[in-house]
Amino acid sequence: MNIEELEKEKNEGIETMPIEERRNFLKMGLMVTGVFLGGTVLSLTSVDTAKGTSNAVVPPDGKYPYTKHYGMVMRQNNCIDCEKCMDACRETNHVPEGHGAWRTMIQERITTVEGVEKQEFRPILCNHCNRPPCVRVCPTKATVKDPETGIVVMNYSKCIGCKTCMAACPYNARYFNHEKYAIDKCNFCLDTRLSKGEKETACAAACPADVRVFGDIKDKSTEIYQLLHEPDNKIWVLRPECGALPNVFYMNA
Amino acid sequence: MANNSVADLFAETQDTSLATPGMNRATIFFLITIVVGLSCGVAAFIFGHHNIYNNTREVPWGLLISTYAFWAITSTGLCIYAAISHLFGGTRMAIVSNRMVWMSIVCILGAFATIGVEIASPHRMLIYNIISPNPTSNIWWMGTLYGLAVGCMIVEFFGIVTGLARIAVILGTAGAVAEILANSCLGGVFATLPARPYWYGGQLPIYFLTSAFLSGAAAAVLFNFLAYKIRGAEMSEAVKNGVKSAGKAMILVLVLYTVATFWRLIMYYVGGSELGRIAAGALINGPLSINFWVFEVCVGIILPLLLIILSRLQNLGMMASAGLLILIGQFIARYDLVAGGLLVPEFIGWDNAPTYLGYVPSIFEIAVVIGSLSVVCFGFLIGERVFGKVFTQSEHH
Repeated sequence: MNIEELEKEKNEGIETMPIEERRNFLKMGLMVTGVFLGGTVLSLTSVDTAKGTSNAVVPPDGKYPYTKHYGMVMRQNNCIDCEKCMDACRETNHVPEGHGAWRTMIQERITTVEGVEKQEFRPILCNHCNRPPCVRVCPTKATVKDPETGIVVMNYSKCIGCKTCMAACPYNARYFNHEKYAIDKCNFCLDTRLSKGEKETACAAACPADVRVFGDIKDKSTEIYQLLHEPDNKIWVLRPECGALPNVFYMNA
Repeated sequence: MANNSVADLFAETQDTSLATPGMNRATIFFLITIVVGLSCGVAAFIFGHHNIYNNTREVPWGLLISTYAFWAITSTGLCIYAAISHLFGGTRMAIVSNRMVWMSIVCILGAFATIGVEIASPHRMLIYNIISPNPTSNIWWMGTLYGLAVGCMIVEFFGIVTGLARIAVILGTAGAVAEILANSCLGGVFATLPARPYWYGGQLPIYFLTSAFLSGAAAAVLFNFLAYKIRGAEMSEAVKNGVKSAGKAMILVLVLYTVATFWRLIMYYVGGSELGRIAAGALINGPLSINFWVFEVCVGIILPLLLIILSRLQNLGMMASAGLLILIGQFIARYDLVAGGLLVPEFIGWDNAPTYLGYVPSIFEIAVVIGSLSVVCFGFLIGERVFGKVFTQSEHH
């Protein structure tokens, strides 16, 4: 039967189609779109995309394996490069001077917007990734995801100083602490502030421009949750291609 | 009694023809350079690794890691050829395989000497590698498997010396399997880091294994040639044939390695990550271009190819020269691989970051490399002196 003959046929409509046929047709469609397989194996359009959440770099609700799940939002265009965050971090966490030791930094570049040069600042720190390359590569489990908070922490006494975590980190977030003689990094002030009842990291508390919003991204009552889930907010992360699933998010206020 | 039996054993294995003042002087010279070179590495524990090595936050690895990789890869190659010869017998290389086992052990010791002073706290490694292992860590597997391999090879060598052929074959096979897996994990250390697009990808572990076959064959030709050179002796026809077989393997793998290198670099220019392309550019026309074009390509590939062709696989001197040039090229290739992956700033475009970060090895790093080379040279001479007869005896397996 060719197409020309088919065109001459009268349309029977779907009313006469047996229920069995309809079911088979629907089943085939569902299988092809991969719904039966969680929407990720066969599907050309993942379930996340269908839900409108895949562009978002924010993990969907119910996907947090930690008791709390700390993260940070950077309202990047608010940053004025006053470096109070860097000073507060260094003081609070006893980050030594020299030899590239820092836990947070403000990057700077000149961009041209419609012919006008504009200075742009971007604060960076450890992204406390959900799939942290540093944790995977560490031979002695000297760096781990804290199961309570999701913070990537160091156990200095286990660190052999192989520096693989430094090579593996997509965010240049690790440094050799020559005083501790181990690799060191930001831990969202877990030992110096959070464990003492403080609700914010030193850098977030010190920021006069309200750039850094720190909190539990699992808790719907937090500001960070609301920022991340506000549909109008354009949220991005750094180096998403590395697949590390970072927990430091960027937006413009 | 025990002393006597050990003395008897060495009496059977040692080559007294090498007990010459010249050999003694050379052995002592390499011993001194080991002490001096590795002392510069040990100094890191006193003055601080961060003070005497030129690695930085952005370039955490450098010459020492590449040197470690070079010796480890060469060790794997030697071990594989020796195991193939022992296991399957019949191959012409079998007659020189005992020397290859010894040199494989020596090369891995050169690697361990380098990494031992590169790692900031090796004492913690000895403890926590055992009581706090991370099975997802390539570097854990690599260290463990190389440790296992050297253990197997030492027992294998004991089996060879004492004539326990069955032990030698079983442990030799186990050692070779461990070496191949360790080599693969060494490739995996780099290949599984998406943060470094120059390394990331499935080809790299195969490239490492190809490099092992190349370096192993080159080392086999070179060390066997040198073994007869220092004795001023002529090779028997059987040994010559063994070395020629290693030479054939060398040219075959050199072609494969060239293909792997060519496509590896081309891939960065046909799409993919910008950081990978910039890193490749470091070799093509950037800060590593002299290393790449002069040492990797000319010294490490073209000249050896010409020498092997001109030698028609008959002139052992030319083949040994080709082997030496290949090893030099491979040494530089390991450096370019490590440095190439790290010289590109991760946040390029910010902070006026240069296209390429600066890293030049310190004098201490270079001293450690000389120390590790001396470990291998010293090990070679000691091996020839103490186990010379084992290396030259006919193959029984």
